[in-house]
Amino acid sequence: MNNNVKSVREPLFHISKRGDVSLKRQILTRVIAVAAGLILGSIVCTIAYGSSPFDFLYYLVEGNFKPFDNFWEMIKKTALLLMIGLALIPAFKMKYWNLGGNGQILMGGLITIICMINLGDTVPDGVVWMIMLLAAMLVGAIWAVIPALFKAFFKTNETLFTLMMNYIAVGLVAYAIKKIGGKESTGTIGVVQSGQLPELGHSVVLILIFAIIITLFITFYIKSSKHGYEVSLVGDSENTARYGGINVKKTIIRTLILSGAICGIVGFLLAGSINHTIVTEETMANSGFTAFTAIIVVWIAHNNPLATIGVSFGVIFINNGMMRVQSSLSITEKTVPDMIIGIMYLIIIACEFFITFRIKFNKKKNETIKTVEEVK
Amino acid sequence: MNVPGLVFGGIAIGIVFLYGSVGEIITEKSGHLNLGIPGIMCMGTAGGMFGVSNYMGMLSNTKSASLLLILLFGIVFAFLFAAVGGAIYALLTVSFKANQNVVGLAVTTFGAGFAQFFIKKFVTTKFLSRASKIVRNFINFEIKSSFGVPIKYQYGVLSCLAIILALACALFFKKTKKGLHLRAIGENPATADAVGINVNLYKYIAIIVGSGIAGLGGLYYVVEYNNGTFDNVLTIQAFGWLAVALVIFTMWRSDFAIFGSFVFGMLYVFNGNLTGTSSLATQELIKLLPYVMTIIVLIITSIFGSKNVQPPASLGLNYFREDR
Repeated sequence: MNNNVKSVREPLFHISKRGDVSLKRQILTRVIAVAAGLILGSIVCTIAYGSSPFDFLYYLVEGNFKPFDNFWEMIKKTALLLMIGLALIPAFKMKYWNLGGNGQILMGGLITIICMINLGDTVPDGVVWMIMLLAAMLVGAIWAVIPALFKAFFKTNETLFTLMMNYIAVGLVAYAIKKIGGKESTGTIGVVQSGQLPELGHSVVLILIFAIIITLFITFYIKSSKHGYEVSLVGDSENTARYGGINVKKTIIRTLILSGAICGIVGFLLAGSINHTIVTEETMANSGFTAFTAIIVVWIAHNNPLATIGVSFGVIFINNGMMRVQSSLSITEKTVPDMIIGIMYLIIIACEFFITFRIKFNKKKNETIKTVEEVK
Repeated sequence: MNVPGLVFGGIAIGIVFLYGSVGEIITEKSGHLNLGIPGIMCMGTAGGMFGVSNYMGMLSNTKSASLLLILLFGIVFAFLFAAVGGAIYALLTVSFKANQNVVGLAVTTFGAGFAQFFIKKFVTTKFLSRASKIVRNFINFEIKSSFGVPIKYQYGVLSCLAIILALACALFFKKTKKGLHLRAIGENPATADAVGINVNLYKYIAIIVGSGIAGLGGLYYVVEYNNGTFDNVLTIQAFGWLAVALVIFTMWRSDFAIFGSFVFGMLYVFNGNLTGTSSLATQELIKLLPYVMTIIVLIITSIFGSKNVQPPASLGLNYFREDR
């Protein structure tokens, strides 16, 4: 005889997906996450710089409203981030990871600047603006459609491809900067005076107009158009889509042309209306509205165009506020805002888990199962 | 063209990419595309500088510093700091099942910000150049450059360690059972789970160890390559993105990555070794060659490649047992 005593312990908890999540719960969880992020941020500042936690929150808010120009700055940046996010939504709905937004924006901006320099004084302004817009949309679309073509026909991994396209765009912009402004060898083009977009009273107006048009368009496109339906079907299951008679290749290519064109528009606005010059990505990253930020924004917003407005606003609010926190608490490290924004991203990303999943703790019961092996 | 400078200078900087890409290969083999590597390398830099400067600070006379202890402190702290970054990424993607690209980008934002903050606040950089002299003094030789001046080249222990790690990693995936398990998880986690492999445990270990190794790249850059000086996290971040590119370029093979990193390194130092005066604009075009080459490899392998040179099949997808 041989007695084997085996103890089978149940795991401490198990995870399951929630069915329907009430809106109340969703909002509550996110509010707690944002609050936790803010508290953690203020704790970091308190420990590192000995400021009171309330100073942190005060400057965070003040940075967005005082002086009043900062408020317009916030609106402007929110609109830009929103537009990039909206450009990414159709692609992300299709589960096509377009990480190439930065490159598409840069190329759109580059062609805009080239148009401004070459056509600015020779052609009537209205015509130049139209050419700039169309050229930026075209180039942005081309930059997005190259990886899309390979994805559609050869299943080339689009995440990696679009990521690389960003750096090629950065390199081309650096090349163009040296080529255009080379003789002064300052490494910059300088402000281009000709062909600037009209102010329309305030520099925020034009950007808002574009943002509103694009928001309405994308909301309609995703929610009510046939194309939008096809996009989400391809995202859910490519095979089902194909079985339903959808041309998957065509859908991928068409969607990415749209995505790239909108990114091109953002580049057009950045170059033509805000900066009047072009800079490589490094400088752009510091202004807080890159496509990488937009990727996080869209994911937090669950590909919902209207939610994207709110999340973009929140991200820019904290971004702008952190700059004031940094200057007011005389923090010399310029990257402290990045660190605290990074912490907030991570907490908000983590909170999504508690919205979609449920953790069930198992009751403690160590069942002892006795197995008796009979020996002949 | 200064050929020795190109080759030996290229190898020296290539080691940074090699550390990053070996780490990323281990992570990607488990099915996780870690875009946090640039930030994690920054964290490794911060940790390594912290460890080495603290050790040097403890000594009464920095001349008596021992090579072994410098390396020990540097490697342990660089690995730990980077592993913390990796652990955050692993927690959010493996357990919390958040999207890998999103978490990766957030970790990069955090890691770069944290590293710059930490180095400025807690690291005394004055001892680092002394430590660097000791670390570099391992392989020494002089070669006459094309300009006619003899240039001294030095490779330290960390350069050798990178190559050893890359080879060991290749052997691990090819020859060991654990390596096979990890590859299986990257290809099809559900099948691996069915066979009884602890998928989540493997993923955690792969991501954390991979991140730690990538972090050593930051230590190498500051303490060995750059004479103990650190300028900016943006430089380290750029190396991180090159390391991600290198993984694709070498088709997820860490032994190929040794040569791949030298190629990338040579392209990186190409401009500095030109004898003729080339225009600044053309130099910018040379800088983007690694990315173009990476894309070409990606396209060619996706069209013609056999199964061995493809990305791991479940790369970028999280595994949840209850999903069908």
